[in-house]
Order: sequence, then C-alpha cells, then structure tokens
Amino acid sequence: MDYQAIIESLFRGLIGERFIVFALAAIGLNLHFGYTGLLNFGQAVFMAAGAYGLAMMVATIGPRLNENTGLNMSETTLFWVGVFMAVVVFPVVFALIMGIPTLRLRADYLAIVTIAVAEIFRIVARSPRFDWLTGSSDGLTGFSGTFYDMSPFSTTERYFFNLFTGNQFFLVLVGWAILALGTTVCWLLIRSPWGRVLKAIREDEDAARSLGKNAYSYKMQALILGGMFGAVGGMIRAVGFSVAQPDNFITDVTFFVWVALILGGAGKVFGPLVGAALLYAVLDSSDTILRQLVENEYIPSSFMSGTQVGQVRFMIVGLGLVLLAAFRPQGIFGNKEEMALDDR
Amino acid sequence: MRSSNLTPTVQPAWLRFVLGAVVALLGLVALGGPAFAQEDEGGGATESIGGTLQTKDEEGEKILLEGVTFIVRDADGSEVGTAVSDVEGVWRVDLPGPGVYSVELVEATLPEGNALRNPDKNPLEGIEVQTNTNKNTLFPLGEREASDNNTNRVAQLTVDGLKLGLIIAICAIGLSLIYGTTGLTNFAHGEMVTIGAMVAYLFNVTWHLDWLGDWMTSLAFGAVMAVLVTGVLGYAFNEGVWKPLRKRGASLIAALVVSIGFSIFVRYILLYQFGGRAGFYRDFRIGESIDFGIFTILKKDLFIMVFVTLILLGVGLALQKTRAGKAMRAVADNRDLAESSGIDVEKVIRLVWIIGSALAGLGGVMFGMTENINWEMGFRLLLLMFAGVTLGGLGTAYGALLGSIIAGLFIQLSTLILPGDMKNVGALVALILILLIRPQGLLGRAERIG
Repeated sequence: MDYQAIIESLFRGLIGERFIVFALAAIGLNLHFGYTGLLNFGQAVFMAAGAYGLAMMVATIGPRLNENTGLNMSETTLFWVGVFMAVVVFPVVFALIMGIPTLRLRADYLAIVTIAVAEIFRIVARSPRFDWLTGSSDGLTGFSGTFYDMSPFSTTERYFFNLFTGNQFFLVLVGWAILALGTTVCWLLIRSPWGRVLKAIREDEDAARSLGKNAYSYKMQALILGGMFGAVGGMIRAVGFSVAQPDNFITDVTFFVWVALILGGAGKVFGPLVGAALLYAVLDSSDTILRQLVENEYIPSSFMSGTQVGQVRFMIVGLGLVLLAAFRPQGIFGNKEEMALDDR
Repeated sequence: MRSSNLTPTVQPAWLRFVLGAVVALLGLVALGGPAFAQEDEGGGATESIGGTLQTKDEEGEKILLEGVTFIVRDADGSEVGTAVSDVEGVWRVDLPGPGVYSVELVEATLPEGNALRNPDKNPLEGIEVQTNTNKNTLFPLGEREASDNNTNRVAQLTVDGLKLGLIIAICAIGLSLIYGTTGLTNFAHGEMVTIGAMVAYLFNVTWHLDWLGDWMTSLAFGAVMAVLVTGVLGYAFNEGVWKPLRKRGASLIAALVVSIGFSIFVRYILLYQFGGRAGFYRDFRIGESIDFGIFTILKKDLFIMVFVTLILLGVGLALQKTRAGKAMRAVADNRDLAESSGIDVEKVIRLVWIIGSALAGLGGVMFGMTENINWEMGFRLLLLMFAGVTLGGLGTAYGALLGSIIAGLFIQLSTLILPGDMKNVGALVALILILLIRPQGLLGRAERIG
C-alpha cells in the first residue's frame, strides 16, 4: 500500500482544484437553496455555461468573429471576453430560461425544469449538428493557454509539498483568491437588506409579498447570482482540465454539489467550503484507497475492477444524499434554527 | 420554525428505515450478482477499443451489423489485433496498454446496402486510450435505401410516437399516482423501469435457467418476473423508506432529496453490476415488419402497442370501477377528505406503490424491447415521464396517460424539424413551454400549483 499517495489524495481533496470548483458551485447553490429556498437541480448547467462560455469564445466563436468582421481580436482579448461571457452573459441567459416559467410555481416544478434545462444543454452540446460550435461529444480544447501564460511558476517543478505542478498551483492559488472573494461577497450580501429579503422569502413567501416585496424578482436575482458562482466554478474546472466536455456536466454533477452543500450546512456562509472540502477529502482518498486495494489484490478483481472503482464515488454520493436528507438535514455542523431541508 | 419535523429521534422508525433500506439495496446487489459482472469485460486487459456497429432503418429502429471485421493498429502502424462484430454488432479488441491507436473497418465485410457515411474517416486515426478505459469508436453508416417509398413520413412518425407515448404512459402512471397520494416527486421512479428491464434480461439472456423447460428463458416469463420483482421492491421501498419518513413528518423537500439520492445510488449499483454496455433481449432484435401502406410497423412493436393499450385500459377500468381504484382517486384528489370518509390512506398508498412500481417494471421490459437495455435507460425516460405527467397534470391518473401519449407523439414528430439525436430536446422544451402557458397541465386544476 502506498500510504503517501493516500495522504496526498486526501490533501488534494481538501484544498485542490475539485474542492475549489465544487465549493464555488455550492456557494451558488447556497444562495439558491440555502438562502432563497429555490430547489435548483440544474447547477451543472450553470457550470457548463461557465466552461462553454469561455471555451466557445476562444476556440470557436471568437475565431469566426475575427474572420467575418475583421475585428482581429488577439487570443488574450478573446480570453477576457470569454471570461465575461462565461461569468455574466451565459448564466443570465440560462437563469432567465429556467426562472421565467417556474419561479412563480411550487418548488418541485423548478426541480424538474432545472434538470430538464441541464439535459437540454448537454444533448445539444453533444449533437454532431453543432460540432462547429461546441465540438460535440469530444468537447473543446485549446482555450486555457492565456491563463497559464500568466503563471509565474515553473512548469517543471512541483510546489506546495510536491502536491501540485506549477500550472496547477497557479490555478489553485487563483481559485482560492476567487473563493475568498466570493465568500466575502456572499457574506456581505446576506447581511444586507437584500439578503434579509431573500431569507424572508425562504421562510414565508406570502409574508414577504404582503410587505410589498416582489418575490419573483428577488428569486430571479438570486437564481442569476447563484448561477454566476456556479459558472465561475465550471470555468475553473474547464481551465483546470484544459477541456470543456458535455459529459463533464451530467446531472449527477449537480448532486455532488448538493451533497457538498447539505454536508456543510445550507444557509451558512462557510457551509459550502466545509462541505466541499469534506466531500472531496472523503471521495478522493477513498478512491485512492480502493484503487490500491484493487491493485494489490486485497479486493479480488472478480468483485471490483479498476473501472468499477470510479463508480463507487457516485454510490457514496447517492447514499450520502439519502442519509443526510433523512437524518441530518441541517448538515454536519449546521444549525437547525438557521436552515434545514424544511417544507416551505 | 417547523424544523423539528426532521429531528432524528431514537425510535424504531429510523431503525426500520435503515434496515429497510439496507435490505432492499442488498437485495438489489444480490439480484445482479456475479452473473452481470462476468459479462462485464471481455478479457483480462484493462484497456480496449471497441464499439457497436449499427445503423438505423427508416423507422429509426436500430439494425445491428454482424460479421464486420475491424483491424486495430498502434501508432507505428503495426497490427495489434482484429475483431469481428458479433450478433449484437459488438466488437472489441484488447490492447497491450494505453497509447494512440487507429481502427480500420474492412469495408468489404459490410453487409450489402450499407456504406460508411464518411469514407475518409476510415481508418479512424489518433484514438487516445488512457489507462483503464474501454474506448468506444463510432463508424457512422449511411442510411439504407428506403425499402418502400409509399410510407408517409408523418403517418410513420405518428405510429412511432404513439408507441413511445404508450410506453411512457405505462411507466408514468405510478409516478403520477405516487405524487397524487403522497405528494412525493419520486426521482427514483426511473430506476424501477431499469430494474424491470434488467430482471427480464437476466431471465431471458444471462441466466439460462431451463430446469423447468424452455419457457423459463422466454421473454414472457422474464416480464412476469420483472413485474413481480418491481412490485415487491415498490412494496419494500414504501414500507422500509417512505412510510417511516412520512411517520416522522419529513418535509416533502427532504423526501424529494432522499429520492434523488436513491436514484443515483441505485443507478450506479446497476452500472456496477451491468457495466456501461447495452443489452438486447433474445429473439427481439430486428423482427419482421408489416406494411400498412402509409406506414410499416415491426411485429413486435404492434404487439407492444396492443398489449400496453390493453393494460392501460385495464388500469383505467380498475381506477373507475373497483373499490381500490376509487379509493386511489379519492386519496389523490383530497387526502384529508378521503381519510375522514373512512378510507385507509396508508393501505391505498401501499397499493399505489406496488402497482405503480410493477407497471414501471413492465414498461421497462417494453422499453427494452424497442430500444436496448442499459443502466441509465430509466433515468433518461424519467425526464420524458415528467414531461408527460406535467403536460397532463401532475397527480392525475388520466392526465398522466394523455400527457404521456402527447409527449411521445411530440418527440417523434419533432424529428420532422429537429435532427434525430435531439428529439428528446423537443419534449423537454415543450415541458418548459407548458409550464409557461398552463402550469397545472391539461387535466389538472389550477389550485394544485399554489
């Protein structure tokens, strides 16, 4: 057994790229569900919006624009335009598509429609018909160069106790900075009068309405803002893997975000961070342990093969969702008074 | 706050919850057992290249091509191995390790009437295979010549849509009734469909139990077993999970999240056991077709349509005429009123779970006959079920029927405009539009939505 690999995977899970991606997505979901009570089961589509917003701008839409309009934007310009598309334009569009038909309806309709929108996007992005735009099932690559060119770290050395390569370390540092900023923004927003209206809607929408607050508008704003956080997470994921692929954003990804959120405690500013760190520490280290057990034949290969190890994490997430929702809806460190998966 | 609803209290209820869940899921694991696992991967190699060679006829039905030779070469151009597609069109070549490979389809071995759609992409170059992956390649084949030019495309798609709609309907009745009686939006309903299809597959293909005669491997027997198993699972699920949750007064949102958790948990157990490949029932691969002039229909599809229609008529009659059926509609309509008029609501809910799950299992067998059997077939159908049920009115039995059939028709007819691989998008877009225009559905009442 390679204990060092296990400990490394544990720490990578606690602070690494995936933690950052899912913590950001969970901050968004916290705004949706934890503070406003919106049952968004399509957070994956916001993440995809971030990934594709950047990737399409740099790899497919941008070059075409240059060709057809003579704008001649450099790749660096395209990258920053792409970031704007990913963080602002795409999430707003998706939030409007999801929100307009459903935010007036009961919560479970939003759950169905958000899943449906996420699937629509994935099917369309996979379709060979749109290969020129989305790269179909292979996805898009070659859009993260500008980001890594800014890295001050050497690509040949390893950093931070040998955990990360230079590029990864740069991504993780930027990710942590964004995470710190995002958490602060979220904390300030929730303390503001705006945030108090969101909580009021969560607790009793009719009461909020009777006090003259436009609940529909507030819910839409929360959906958009939370979607933007998800998009930033998706964008970091795409840059980290240097690829934007439709199957990286299947509906199950949303469920990972949900587990992270409920684990850490919905309705708490640090809940998403704690939850995502715990989730990925558990998932990544258990993955490594299982792989080692299989490789060293402590687990017979007739019982579990290498490909099957990857499926175990989904089972853990599913079971975790069941047990958390049934027995500890306020999360591990959560406070029941603030937020539980309660009927609203 | 009413959050105390969900406080875990030390009482037998939660113990029963855990035990029930564990027993039900262990049962599931045992169900597939090593039987599936053995078929999982061909040889001992952990990397392979393979695929399923198939084409579609005009009805959109898959045709699997047997006996086509594939040659796999490594980056230097030296041959790694060859494979011939089997009766299910499946071929696979084990690789010596990760790397970049190319695959050539030997065109001379293609059956008559088939041709590659992109001949310049043969051999397929630069396939990157990573550690522990079974890479699938795709060789798109051109459309076959239409066998009969008389078929009217609209009529043909209408028939296909009707078939799909009937299958969605038989699966979705349970979804709608469970929602109507308990308020639960059950995201794990799709897994009942998958389990039904897989139970029939076990009897039909994997197990080859014939110690009581050949009939044990027939699909009819498999379908009966599928109905039994899913019915029992529905009962166990209700008793072990949902009843304790209801007793504890768990909120509907918590219950919804629990059902989503079960959906993903069960789905990946099925993937673990079954593998990512697609299965097909014996004797139901292509079949003969009957020509009706403006449309043609496969014999098995005609059978499916008639059979499902009869079942649905039976369900409708039972809901209308029998005591239990009336009680179900009463509880779905207004639970408190039903309870105060002496109906045993828990008994009705139990019945709804059993019948709804069994119908979903049967629907799974029908769905498996028309397409293929794989680990996420039910989850894919679930969104279409939601589209149908929402269209008809969430919680109503007849609404689910009507809405599902309209959804099926819509999906098939949308291929007149949309490319075939995006037909489900049409139904999902329709779902969103319905919620904009008439959120309570065709047969629902506005007050349900609140």
